[in-house]
Amino acid sequence: MGAALARAAQWTAAGSGNGTLEITPLNESLLNQIIKFAEDFNTRHPQEAVFLFREPLEWKTQLDCSVFGKATVQSEAKDKDGQPLLLLTASTLRVRSFDQLSHLLQIAVEKKLKEARACLEANRDPIVKILGSEYGTVEGEDMSMLHLLDKVKKDDDPETEMKMKIFLLLYQLDLQLLNSSLKEISQDIRLSPAAISNEVNLLKNFSGKGGDTVLESLEYTSDYIFSNGCRAPPWRQVHGEICYLVIKPHDTDPLYVTCSTAGVFLNGGKDDIHYERKSDVYKDIVTFLRERSPRFVETMARQVCRFEDVSGSSSETEEDEEQPVRHQEGNTDLPSEYWGIQKLAKYLKGGDPTATVIALCSMRDFNLAQETCQMAIRDIGCLEVLINLLDTEEIRCQIGSLKILKEISQNTLIRHAIADLGGLEIMVKILDSPDKDLKCLAAETIANVARFQQARRTVRQHGGIKRLVGLLGYISVGSTSLTPYQAKDTEIARCGALALWSCSKSTKNKEAIRKAGGIPLLARWLKCSHANILTPVVGTLQECASEPSYRLAIRTEGMIENLVKNLSSEHEELQMHCASAIFKCAEDKETRDLVRQHGGLQPLSVLLGNSENKQLLAAVTGAIWKCAISGENVSKFQEYKAVEALVGLLTDQPEEVLVNIVGALGECCQEPINRTIIRKCGGIPPLVKLLTGTDQALLVNVTKAVGACATEPENMMIIDHLDGVRLLWSLLKNPNPDVQANAAWAICPCIENAKDAGEMVRSFVGGLELIVNLLKSKNKEVLTSVCAAITNIAKDEENLAVLTDHGVIPLLSKLANTNNDKLRRHLAEAISHCCMWGSNRVAFGETKAIAPLVRYLKSKDPSVHRATAQALYQLSEDPNNCITMHENGVVKLLLAMVGSTDETLQEAAAGCIANIRRLALATEKAKYG
Amino acid sequence: MFRCDPPVSPGGSAGPPRPRCRGSGERAAMGRRRLRQLVDSLRRSAEHFDKREVECLIRLFDALVAESGSRPAAGGLGRSMFRDALHSAFGMTDDMIMDRVFHTFDRDNDSCISVVEWVEGLSVFLRGTLEERIKYCFEVYDLNGDGYISREEMFQMLKNSLLKQPSEEDPDEGIKDLVDIALKKMDYDHDGKLSFMDFEKAVRDEMLLLEAFGPCLPDIKSSMAFEQKTFQDTRRL
Repeated sequence: MGAALARAAQWTAAGSGNGTLEITPLNESLLNQIIKFAEDFNTRHPQEAVFLFREPLEWKTQLDCSVFGKATVQSEAKDKDGQPLLLLTASTLRVRSFDQLSHLLQIAVEKKLKEARACLEANRDPIVKILGSEYGTVEGEDMSMLHLLDKVKKDDDPETEMKMKIFLLLYQLDLQLLNSSLKEISQDIRLSPAAISNEVNLLKNFSGKGGDTVLESLEYTSDYIFSNGCRAPPWRQVHGEICYLVIKPHDTDPLYVTCSTAGVFLNGGKDDIHYERKSDVYKDIVTFLRERSPRFVETMARQVCRFEDVSGSSSETEEDEEQPVRHQEGNTDLPSEYWGIQKLAKYLKGGDPTATVIALCSMRDFNLAQETCQMAIRDIGCLEVLINLLDTEEIRCQIGSLKILKEISQNTLIRHAIADLGGLEIMVKILDSPDKDLKCLAAETIANVARFQQARRTVRQHGGIKRLVGLLGYISVGSTSLTPYQAKDTEIARCGALALWSCSKSTKNKEAIRKAGGIPLLARWLKCSHANILTPVVGTLQECASEPSYRLAIRTEGMIENLVKNLSSEHEELQMHCASAIFKCAEDKETRDLVRQHGGLQPLSVLLGNSENKQLLAAVTGAIWKCAISGENVSKFQEYKAVEALVGLLTDQPEEVLVNIVGALGECCQEPINRTIIRKCGGIPPLVKLLTGTDQALLVNVTKAVGACATEPENMMIIDHLDGVRLLWSLLKNPNPDVQANAAWAICPCIENAKDAGEMVRSFVGGLELIVNLLKSKNKEVLTSVCAAITNIAKDEENLAVLTDHGVIPLLSKLANTNNDKLRRHLAEAISHCCMWGSNRVAFGETKAIAPLVRYLKSKDPSVHRATAQALYQLSEDPNNCITMHENGVVKLLLAMVGSTDETLQEAAAGCIANIRRLALATEKAKYG
Repeated sequence: MFRCDPPVSPGGSAGPPRPRCRGSGERAAMGRRRLRQLVDSLRRSAEHFDKREVECLIRLFDALVAESGSRPAAGGLGRSMFRDALHSAFGMTDDMIMDRVFHTFDRDNDSCISVVEWVEGLSVFLRGTLEERIKYCFEVYDLNGDGYISREEMFQMLKNSLLKQPSEEDPDEGIKDLVDIALKKMDYDHDGKLSFMDFEKAVRDEMLLLEAFGPCLPDIKSSMAFEQKTFQDTRRL
């Protein structure tokens, strides 16, 4: 109970002395549990109940003598000195046993909560009073139990045993309290000013005069908002209060409400705010109002769909089609189509099925692809009728209506209108119909309508995904020639796949398709040879390949083979989706290998020849880029002359294509020969030119590709000639850390291979200061790449001097405490090269770089060892550094490395040890010599 | 599923090319050999049913005739018995259309449907190919059998198709307009009436127009129910 009271209970911060327990739901529940414990104590543990407390629990009570039915109150029970076990003098109450405490609480009835609170406020650690100070609650490891056990073992004192029992009981209570408070806290939704503001705004949208509003009004009491978002005055913010509201429901008096971090409750309101709580605390305003206003509950039920749409819209973030543009209204000259369609609409509304079907068929003679007709159908009110027809039993009317809806739902506005009129729900239901034509039409229309997020959600929420996946279950895959019956099944599956394709643009639907068992069915249809069904199937798969679960399934269910096969289809759209699926899946090494093993690299290379279809080209180059991450694939691409083709495509392409081409070239540069090929095909100038672009994704790839090319001295001449290094250097100023890092990496080979690198670097005004300042970046990759660049720059003494002037030493030292091995290695190299100037060695020692460096020797990465040993060797030229190293146990670590097979490491380790030893000898000599 | 039929007036005398309508009692005496011959010949003419199904339909026919309680001499199914059958099994309601269906079944025009007409008619009615069904529907809609569906015939068939009359002057106006709409849609040769060519072309273009002037074919649910009941129930017998 001690720990629970000290930690879980919420005390006001009223100084260190007598804090008070706040009236919060958590505290209330804690108190109730303690009361229950104390109340039941004398019945559950009669022996322990008579145990005499070491000191009485003493507090100011609000009970008066009348409760006890006597004038002076003292218990009949007395201790051996004749002191009563319960004594009430003035308003001070003293209690000395659980027995008395139980009785007292039973007498207090409804005041027991207040009494318990007062008691605990006055006795912050009641266990000390009850059992003695040796049992006090200690933060951290609690040894009291062990002491007690020892004591019980040592002497047979019954009182010690009793204490032990009570202590255990209290300990149990403590655990129980902590557990339940944890539960309470985890339920506790901490409200924030933003959450409340959202809720208030939302409710305001549904408030006003009018019958269908949920509230008459809802207003803040104050317009002033503090910078933390609260409206409550600062002295109330201390109590977690955020703002106050006056809410006027339709059916009750105005409610004065406090919103605090703990929840929403009624305050003492009216003219001024009376801050005290007058009701339970609710988790939000809606929940609060549900308890207060029946009218609110009723109107909310009606609004709830709209409400959820509004509040839920932020949860799904996937891309959506553009918002519908309002059709221009108020056009006085109605086109003739209006009259024609209106005439037919009459028969839809007032005709029997026969007349309706004639009218529906006739309506299809209008050009339904034309916006005028689409809008006429909507504006005449015909859309409602068409949707109502779906809800009949008349299959022919349903078919006729869907044939029209399928056409006109090409229009965004119509799509939204169909969804608003509840059309999707009915169409989802129709998917269960035994009539195959009807099923197909419903699925196709769903495919059209579900192009926006809310529609996709509606389909999912009404069980549409499962049914659509079910349509894929009509399976007759394998044969190339179909019987009419099989043809129908293929058609059903095709329509199902079309709808799933539209739906799969929402993340939750991807999940729903997977859960409905869609993946194996898609995999089966992927084996068939009909482009008209393959296109939506692969379309769905490539859409879903954004999810890791699908990528795994595509790999493990053998789908790569079929995707590769269809790269050679004669339908460009299908080819595009296959390439796009490979693009997304080939992030994974095993998939890249599978693409190669199934012979996919050749068709991809061949498709580079089709450069007119830009969407196809983007997907194909993307697939090549990702596949080229594997070295084996690069060799294949080289064989298929893909590098030449890629270079040829470097000009006049849309950016999404360029990003992929340049990414692919960057990966192909793994092979030295490809760097030469790029040069020979004239690829360097267009690449360097792309360094002036602005597209971030493109810059990330271009910097990498240029850097890779620069590793060849002959390429470097061209880059230098085109002033490519200056362009790279200026990209260090780009806000995107990926661009910064890749630019810095690219600068490294440039400096290594440029003819007069030192002079070149000096020619960039402000360039060295810029790069030194990047050591303040928070991005690990930026830091690593900049260290690598500094290593190269520092090879020129003059530039190193400038770097030093710009404060490179303390910045490098500051980075030393890192666990990232890649950064460690490049940092150690940078430090080692920066030692070559002035008193930099001393400076590194002074800025405390030595000790962390010594620890690098314990890393698992051998390249870190080598770089670190070299740095330590350089640093050991300074006697003070040697002392620090020695103190940090460097000798033992280095001795192990002297035995390494890596000669550079060996030499550096040996050199460093030698320096330390020489110093030691010199000191001894000075001392004794 | 079939209701009792009031006695039917005796049908006309037999048409020469087809077997005469006979009462069930008479056929029972006819012997197994003749029944087998009948089944075999029907298997060829009503090609959508197999042997067992033909037998089932014959049994159903016998049961219906017996149920109607008509005298043996009456022979076959009379008009109103047949109409009741259409109504209860396939939910058809339009009297005129049902009369026309009776006519199409009754090939020899003797106002009585023989067992052969019954089985052959149902073959098209339940399982006809598109071609057969187009022909069948056209015959139903060609009220006077002159080979055309005229404006007047359409009017006849559609006159009850507007549930609530538009508030316009003449209630017939709405129907006339509907006939115009149908003609505009289907009269390809612009002669103001529908020939079989017009009708076939329109239906092939838009299947929904097969029953353009009133339901005369069973819908999928009732035909499935009928087949299930007829072919499974009688198997048990």
